[in-house]
Amino acid sequence: MIQLQNVGKAYETRRGPRWVFRNVDLTIGRGEKIGILGRNGAGKSTLIRVISGIEQTNEGRIVSDMSISWPLAFSGAFQQSLTGADNVRFICRVYNKDIPDIIALVDEFAELGAYMNEPIRSYSAGMRARLGFGVSLAVDFDCFLIDEIVAVGDARFQQKCHDELFVKRRDRSMIIVSHNDGYIREHCDRAGVLAQNTLTNFADMDEAYAFYKAHERE
Amino acid sequence: MAQMHEPPPASLLQSWAIQRRVIGALLMREVITRYGRHNIGFLWLFVEPMIFTIGVTLLWTATKAVHGSDLPISAFALTGYSSVLVWRNMPSRLVGSIEPNLSLMYHRNVKVIDIFSARLLLEAVGVGISFLILTLFFAAVGWIKLPEDPLKVVLGWVMLVWFGSSLGMFLGALSNRSELIDKFWHPMAYLLFPLSGAAFLVESLPAEFRQWILYLPMVHGVECVRDGFFGSYFTPYYDLGYMALCNLGLSLFALAEIRRASRNLVPA
Repeated sequence: MIQLQNVGKAYETRRGPRWVFRNVDLTIGRGEKIGILGRNGAGKSTLIRVISGIEQTNEGRIVSDMSISWPLAFSGAFQQSLTGADNVRFICRVYNKDIPDIIALVDEFAELGAYMNEPIRSYSAGMRARLGFGVSLAVDFDCFLIDEIVAVGDARFQQKCHDELFVKRRDRSMIIVSHNDGYIREHCDRAGVLAQNTLTNFADMDEAYAFYKAHERE
Repeated sequence: MAQMHEPPPASLLQSWAIQRRVIGALLMREVITRYGRHNIGFLWLFVEPMIFTIGVTLLWTATKAVHGSDLPISAFALTGYSSVLVWRNMPSRLVGSIEPNLSLMYHRNVKVIDIFSARLLLEAVGVGISFLILTLFFAAVGWIKLPEDPLKVVLGWVMLVWFGSSLGMFLGALSNRSELIDKFWHPMAYLLFPLSGAAFLVESLPAEFRQWILYLPMVHGVECVRDGFFGSYFTPYYDLGYMALCNLGLSLFALAEIRRASRNLVPA
């Protein structure tokens, strides 16, 4: 279970701290899939980053007994000057995984071929996304954080992601943030809406959507 | 109150295992990014400081720059320059090292202090091996005699490494707050070099100047290393208690500053 208790995140600006959100409460059980709707700039990505532990909260706390992924489809966690394989090796060491196993898995998913042994900086955006996605799947977590995955890759890649995540890893928890309610409706059990600097939880998807629509123009 | 992420309940032993794993991974990564797989690869780690030290030793020996006495000049140069490398290289490696490594913080177990530790470890090992190999090599070809009291050498060295590490971590974390640190560290290191005791013995200074120079912590470390090497040739001046106190103070400041830096990190 992951529990956010009264979480708030602020950034320092020249005019003092600016709160992205405050008083956020959220509980994610094992296997639960939760969608978070919000318009651009509502703080969706920030919330995901706080949950994944990349950034620290300014108030409140996060308690968890599950392993939590980094935001999926994000490829910034790579060193540009190192090869894909070197980056994968580094991640294996950090997460205590078997290197040959993981490299084989990533290779199979990402289909990079010889490019596995070339520096990341020579990759196309699509190749980078495939590698990033492949590694996060191969390392495997109890809870996956998914940030606007719909935006990445072509139809074939999306199909592949879909199979890996929502078919093969049905039993995992997922937190999906998006401004696209269709995607969230399709994959989530319930949803929260980020608006007015806080998160409002809904048990019912239609209620969540109605609330999102009502606050879309703020 | 700001609260850190709480990991799944882990015993101290488990945390230590994770920390060790992460630092190990960072070490490997650092070695590959810094030295690559070309020519002699990671051997540069200690070949580079060795080249520096050999150069300086030859130069000082040739010019007999320091004293006209019977002081073993090669040992003087070797100990002096190796000590400088410790306290100067460690901060230089850490200043500005957070920014280019921000993306690593995407992995929740990787913390600023791990990145610092990996770099410090690499630096200490590199300069340490260089010092050791050169000592044995110079002794083998008869330029110097082996240390009179190796334990004192090690003690002084460890104190210097502690000083370099804490100063490095302090400046490294501080440099994330202000880029002025980067601008000021290099001239400061350059200016401190002649004052650091690398190129003189405290004994040879005028008495009134001596008490001022002894405020610099690294002077004590160098004197201790030299005491271990050729203590019978001169009167060493050092107080490891004072140096430990300075190191401890610096370490505390460093940890506080690292904590502050970690709290405000925004990985790109």
